[in-house]
Amino acid sequence: MDLKLKIWRQENAQAKGEFKTYNVAGVSSDSSFLEMLDVLNESIVDKVETPVCFDHDCREGICGMCSLYINGRPHGPDDAITTCQLHMRKFKDGDTITIEPWRASPFPVIKDLVVDRTALDSIIQSGGYTSAKTGGVPDANATLIDKYSSDLAMDAASCIGCGACVAACKNASAMLFVAAKVSQFALLPQGQVEKTKRVQDMVARMDELGFGNCTNTYACEMECPKEISVTNIARMNREFLSSKVCSEQ
Amino acid sequence: MIKFDSKIPEGKLKDKWNNYKAHQGLVNPSNKRKLDIIVVGTGLAGGAAAASFGELGFNVKNFCISDSPRRAHSIAAQGGINAAKNYPGDGDSIYRLFYDTIKGGDYRSREGNVYRLAEVSNDIIDQCVAQGVPFARDYSGYLDNRSFGGAQVSRTFYARGQTGQQLLLGAYGALSKEIEKGTVTSYNRMEMLDLVLIDGKARGIITRDLKTGKVERHSAHAVVIATGGYGNVFFLSTNAMTSNGGAIIRSWRRGALMANPAFVQIHPTCIPVHGDFQSKLTLMSESLRNDGRIWVPKNIEDAVAIKEGKKKPTDLSEEERDYYLERRYPAFGNLVPRDVASRAAKERCDAGFGIGTGLAVYLDFKSAIARLGEDVIRARYGNLFQMYEKIVDENPYHTPMMIYPAIHYSMGGTWVDYELQSTIPGLFVGGEANFSDHGANRLGASALMQGLSDGYFVLPYTVQNYLAEEIRVPRFSTDLPEFEQAEKDVQARIDQLMNIKGSKSPDYFHKKLGKIMWENVGMARTADGLAHAKTEIAKIREEFYKNLLVVGTAESFNPELEKALRVADFIDMGELMAFDAAHRDESCGGHFREEFQTPEGEALRNDKDYMYVGTWEYKGEGVEPELHKEDLQYEEIEVKTRNYK
Ligand SMILES: Cc1cc2nc3c(=O)[nH]c(=O)nc-3n(C[C@H](O)[C@H](O)[C@H](O)COP(=O)(O)OP(=O)(O)OC[C@H]3O[C@@H](n4cnc5c(N)ncnc54)[C@H](O)[C@@H]3O)c2cc1C
Ligand code: FES
Repeated sequence: MDLKLKIWRQENAQAKGEFKTYNVAGVSSDSSFLEMLDVLNESIVDKVETPVCFDHDCREGICGMCSLYINGRPHGPDDAITTCQLHMRKFKDGDTITIEPWRASPFPVIKDLVVDRTALDSIIQSGGYTSAKTGGVPDANATLIDKYSSDLAMDAASCIGCGACVAACKNASAMLFVAAKVSQFALLPQGQVEKTKRVQDMVARMDELGFGNCTNTYACEMECPKEISVTNIARMNREFLSSKVCSEQ
Repeated sequence: MIKFDSKIPEGKLKDKWNNYKAHQGLVNPSNKRKLDIIVVGTGLAGGAAAASFGELGFNVKNFCISDSPRRAHSIAAQGGINAAKNYPGDGDSIYRLFYDTIKGGDYRSREGNVYRLAEVSNDIIDQCVAQGVPFARDYSGYLDNRSFGGAQVSRTFYARGQTGQQLLLGAYGALSKEIEKGTVTSYNRMEMLDLVLIDGKARGIITRDLKTGKVERHSAHAVVIATGGYGNVFFLSTNAMTSNGGAIIRSWRRGALMANPAFVQIHPTCIPVHGDFQSKLTLMSESLRNDGRIWVPKNIEDAVAIKEGKKKPTDLSEEERDYYLERRYPAFGNLVPRDVASRAAKERCDAGFGIGTGLAVYLDFKSAIARLGEDVIRARYGNLFQMYEKIVDENPYHTPMMIYPAIHYSMGGTWVDYELQSTIPGLFVGGEANFSDHGANRLGASALMQGLSDGYFVLPYTVQNYLAEEIRVPRFSTDLPEFEQAEKDVQARIDQLMNIKGSKSPDYFHKKLGKIMWENVGMARTADGLAHAKTEIAKIREEFYKNLLVVGTAESFNPELEKALRVADFIDMGELMAFDAAHRDESCGGHFREEFQTPEGEALRNDKDYMYVGTWEYKGEGVEPELHKEDLQYEEIEVKTRNYK
């Protein structure tokens, strides 16, 4: 298939960016979206011009490295997948495809379609873990966990930290990301001891870093490649309220 | 000539590690703060080690290529992690895990290291559960297990099809905690390009900041490399796009021996190659072989009809199918080790029974769905089935999956002793980057175990033992001439590549190299093929340095330059692999030399001449590397022919 691509090009964080138009011909509908960009880049390199920079690594939907806002949707026009899992059979011959970076102020552009998502790491550093040290922990079967809670914790824990939720949100809120981590530990006995401090510290860090507020539009859930549910946000809000009550006591 | 000693502690096998720990050197808390450790890599091995060093109180600098430590390729591991817990009560023990690993590795790994691995495996599961890793559980609330190849017990712990992700997020949590405390400084999008030695000891690294292109110096009292595997030498593999062999090749050039580089693993169940633009291969987890049955048509006419689209696999009756693994290996059936399963698939396809492009076989869930229902299969493998459907556009609940072997894992790597220390004092290597535990073939679910064992439970002891002798050594200034020289070397390499200004992209050379490697140093090797590979690789190198084109500038974010630097290292690695494969006149594990096979087509080992670790010393540009041998002694285990029949 032949396609027209409108791609955001930006030299670095300070530079002003702009859309540039490219044509690619003979793309196989079995190839992935990123393989299509590889083909484009090969043709750009052949002209001794600088290829389009984009983030990617595992190319199987698990590392969370790929991003891209494709035709106005994070990870493009398919549900429950990442950009690297998007296949060209989702497009038609002759289509025009618009490709932009994640747009959110806590994610400054590094170059072209590559953005800096270290703010998400910073949120995890503020408390997204149990403080178990290496060694000296009890036997794995010493604490039983009911399968239902364990499965729900696994649902929440499957977040890949790609940032699509932030990119999808008109307020650039990281609520779903934070709620997924808070929920994972709220659902497990191992997470109980630090639960009050965890939710408060993570929410405070999220605010500090300039992520917006959640106004319940649920665009995040729609675009999450791992289908993380907004019920996690409700759970986090409960955790947050009860933590406030706890700390006042 | 380099001297090397595996430093296996004295005593009975089961006492060695305890003896080591009881007598090792320790560093007191106030001295720990004054000692710096560089950890390159944030995968299971690097991430767990950096977090544990931080907890102990050392000052840690931790590097990775991606934008966050959480994205190391360990994240992609699907199936599970082994441990000798024997929770199902099916006869497992530390000894049995040790035995299976040595046997699975075709008797080419060290007893001492492997026993320790089996011993600490149980601690790993405890640790991960304490971190909140949501392993699968049954309705009673206890942890659940599944089976993997090469074992007759169920000892694999798993978190759906995302075990690597959950284990890595556990380690990343521990690491994040230390970053917040300030014991670990995290350097993302920073690639190590060289190792710095001072008076023969590893004292630092040179990195390139991938965002700005800035070349930088970092010093430390010890360096730990945990940069993963080099499977991408083959261009197409199940590894991530940035997986590379750079750090270990650069260390090799600085004097660290490379061990068994030819031992790479070809995984039997990957989605087959579909076209020229393909950038990587996707694994379908080995866990699928718990319930999936592998077959090809029994009659060649049916295979042809299917290829031509005249028949569908579901049209063939049971009698018309050849479940060749069950036929050839009744004791292990579909759960034979990977090397055996891969070769068997190749054998059928070479004989003309392949389907799809001719290089594919079926992995069929029909009987399992009939027995257990679609819901159970969905709960077990839902995300893998979805992944398959997105790529291939076929529904594996209704029609069997098509699979074919692909490069997956590297057993070879930097030679390390019992302490995971290389032949360069102060340079430790962990995880897939070292050669230590898997011999000539790795069993499924054992890489995650090894990465976390090295990171949480081995390196924190052995690196400390090394540093106990270093407490009087002050911090190193990066203004020392050794750093200056190493930085100059790196800069010169970058300038050289930028200035060739030829006409071919790094990918062009990488694909070319990959093809030579797959055809000659892949699943089936011959003396002639390997000689051919050496000549061809030399030609690729020559053309690379004459005709490479790197667009853009070196002083900016430039993925083309990153690739060019990695491809240069892959060329060296590929050549070294060809040397190693050519010298080993036997077949063992993943190393199959067609000249050495039994009449039934099984690998034919030669224990008399080759029961050793083949290690290679760098002798300079354009000079043949020199082979050294570490003889392997089996005291506890009787060496036998591997039999899965
Ligand atoms: C698709 C897939 C599925 C798998 N499934 C399983 C499974 O089910 N069970 C199992 O046991 N094993 C499995 N494996 C194998 C296992 O995942 C790996 O062997 C293991 O995770 C490697 O861990 P590691 O810490 O050694 O390296 P990695 O996780 O690869 O980490 C390497 C780190 O080093 C960094 N790095 C590399 N080079 C440099 C450099 N020059 N400078 C700076 N940083 C650098 C990277 O950024 C990364 O952080 C699987 C592998 C693949 C590819
Ligand atoms: S590249 Fe890893 S999720 Fe897309």
